[in-house]
Amino acid sequence: MMRALRNQKIRGMLFQVLTILGLVAFLWYIGSNTMANIEQRGIKSGFDFLSGTAGFEIDEAPIKFSSSDTHGRVFLVGLINTLIITFIGIIFSTILGLIIGVFRLSNNWLIKKLAAAYIDIFRNIPILLQILFWYNVVLRALPSPKQSINFLDSIFMNNRGLYLPIPDLNTTTISVCISVLVVVVGAFFLNKWANKRQEETGKDFPVLLTSLGALIIIPIITYFISGANFNFDYPALKGFNFRGGKVISPEFLALTFALVIYTATFIAEAVRSGIEAVSKGQKEAAASIGLSSYQSLKLVVLPQAIRIAIPPVINQYLNLAKNSSLAAAVGYPEIVTVFAGISLNQTGQAIEILAITMLVYLTISLIVSAILNWFNHKMKIKER
Amino acid sequence: MTKFTKLSLAALAFVGMSATAGTLQDVQKAGVVKCGVDGGLPGFSEIVSGGEYKGIDVDGCRAMAAAVLGDAKKVKFVNLNSKERFAALQSGEIDILVRNTTWTETRDTSLGFNFVAVNYYDGQGFMVRKDLGVKSTLELDGAAVCIQTGTTTELNVADYFKSKGMKYKSVSYDSNDQVLASYEAGRCDVLTSDASQLYGLRTKLKDKANHIVLPEIISKEPLGPVVRQGDDQWFNIARWTFNSMVAAEEAGITSKNIDSLKSSKNPGIRRILGLEGKMGANLGLNADFAYQVIKQVGNYGEVFERNVGVNTPLKISRGLNALWTEGGLQYSPPFR
Repeated sequence: MMRALRNQKIRGMLFQVLTILGLVAFLWYIGSNTMANIEQRGIKSGFDFLSGTAGFEIDEAPIKFSSSDTHGRVFLVGLINTLIITFIGIIFSTILGLIIGVFRLSNNWLIKKLAAAYIDIFRNIPILLQILFWYNVVLRALPSPKQSINFLDSIFMNNRGLYLPIPDLNTTTISVCISVLVVVVGAFFLNKWANKRQEETGKDFPVLLTSLGALIIIPIITYFISGANFNFDYPALKGFNFRGGKVISPEFLALTFALVIYTATFIAEAVRSGIEAVSKGQKEAAASIGLSSYQSLKLVVLPQAIRIAIPPVINQYLNLAKNSSLAAAVGYPEIVTVFAGISLNQTGQAIEILAITMLVYLTISLIVSAILNWFNHKMKIKER
Repeated sequence: MTKFTKLSLAALAFVGMSATAGTLQDVQKAGVVKCGVDGGLPGFSEIVSGGEYKGIDVDGCRAMAAAVLGDAKKVKFVNLNSKERFAALQSGEIDILVRNTTWTETRDTSLGFNFVAVNYYDGQGFMVRKDLGVKSTLELDGAAVCIQTGTTTELNVADYFKSKGMKYKSVSYDSNDQVLASYEAGRCDVLTSDASQLYGLRTKLKDKANHIVLPEIISKEPLGPVVRQGDDQWFNIARWTFNSMVAAEEAGITSKNIDSLKSSKNPGIRRILGLEGKMGANLGLNADFAYQVIKQVGNYGEVFERNVGVNTPLKISRGLNALWTEGGLQYSPPFR
């Protein structure tokens, strides 16, 4: 026995087993203690509350919602709003981050310094403060509905939100939407064909210009062919507020703005470090075989820089998804505000609701990270 | 690794130790009553200049400390928002919650609480800007309404607008301060809350005179102290501490005249002062527990007038909160 204990391998194993047993016992103890306390204090538990009537209204519900719907539907509304804010946040912060990251490396002194100042300021202020700041700025800077800022009598902006006209769903609207989609897909294949042709014959094709041209011309032609019948639902002032059209709330605007401004700083830094990590020799080699500086960036530098930048950017996307939970501070109805906030309060079932909410964030994060890991894998240098 | 094993063993031992004595014993041992309040609500619980707490709810906490520990100052106040309050009480972080909390069936049952009494009979109202020209809640169709989340207010307003066939846009925040800030910035047309709170919040606005509280009251909001279910002794102490303040007002006992009443022959007064009967002992407290409450904190009427009454910025008249003998609802069961 003692001899066996002196064997390093066996001893190591023994301690590992003991640790795991200790951990399991600890978790089991906490779990059973919680359950016992809940029972003893007569607190209701279980998931029945999900089918109970919510009894409150949610202003910005992406799906139909009224106070007679259930807490389960509240969960769904919150989840969809979280996904919307995450999706839009990722898109805009990527665009802004790319631009700022490239600006940061610009040869123009002013642009370079402005980008650096922007990054240094917004990266170093806690995101919650930024959200509250933008929200209160938005609310105070904008006029009341009766004095709305008015663009061509169709777009209105006031402290209740941004009001946009929306087109009715008729043949014209649908055809134009489809034509845009067709052009985008077409551009993708055009790019593929152009790359192939260039590899085979060395001839270049202006893909970007052609695609942009098509994106403008083809939908316009479709518009006239399909009857030229755009019919907008315009917002109009009725009673206290505007009715009709689509409204984007100040909460959503402030939250998206703050998240994008904040996350973009980190993405810009990732982009910059990616580009800087590509060795100077690569650029010189590209120049020596006669590539223009645009070609050198597109064909030599960026493909290598992206590989280096992807892992830190993945982290920032995940952070953005998690930071969206700070919406509770300004009352944008995402999952923490409505489900882990209002529903929790009305039903009092904190453990169940918080567990569900945590699971949601875990799932979103794991999915985003799985997608980007796959992308990362695909972009890696193929070593043979 | 051995370090980790030790740590987890230590953690196990630590969790195992947390035995559950009664709340009274815990409080006596700690020498302080941990009391959950709002902390930002004028008239109910507010931190005034100098860091002192002040308000009806605050005095509720002080009365508990006076009854149990003999010293109204032995209170540890814990500021809680509407979302945190129930978890704090359930988990034992606080001993009693006196945070303008509405007594409802769900809260009394499935949340595992007991409501002790009603220290303020309230109802939900609406505050609007005067220049809006609105005279009644029935004119609020289509309005944007600022609400504090996690309150009965949120449910009442949904019910009310639905029953009247009107629509509204709900704009909700989890702190009262943000609700007020957004209302002030014009994010919403209407601020809705318990009427007493509206008066309190209005005192915080820069242009107080430009806001009115509409006459309609759309709900019953009996606000009161809350304790955990399953500790009847503590529940009784809380209930009779509050009752003693109401009974004292009815018997004409105030913090000023209480010492001179010690020589009174009136058995009712003598029982409240602890000179007759075994009221204190029945609760596990000193015989003079009610004396300490009234001497150090005051009777219900004194507490009301000092914090929210007509001579305070809130200017609220007794209304439903008058004694039953004066047409109100405040009524203590017999103190015998």
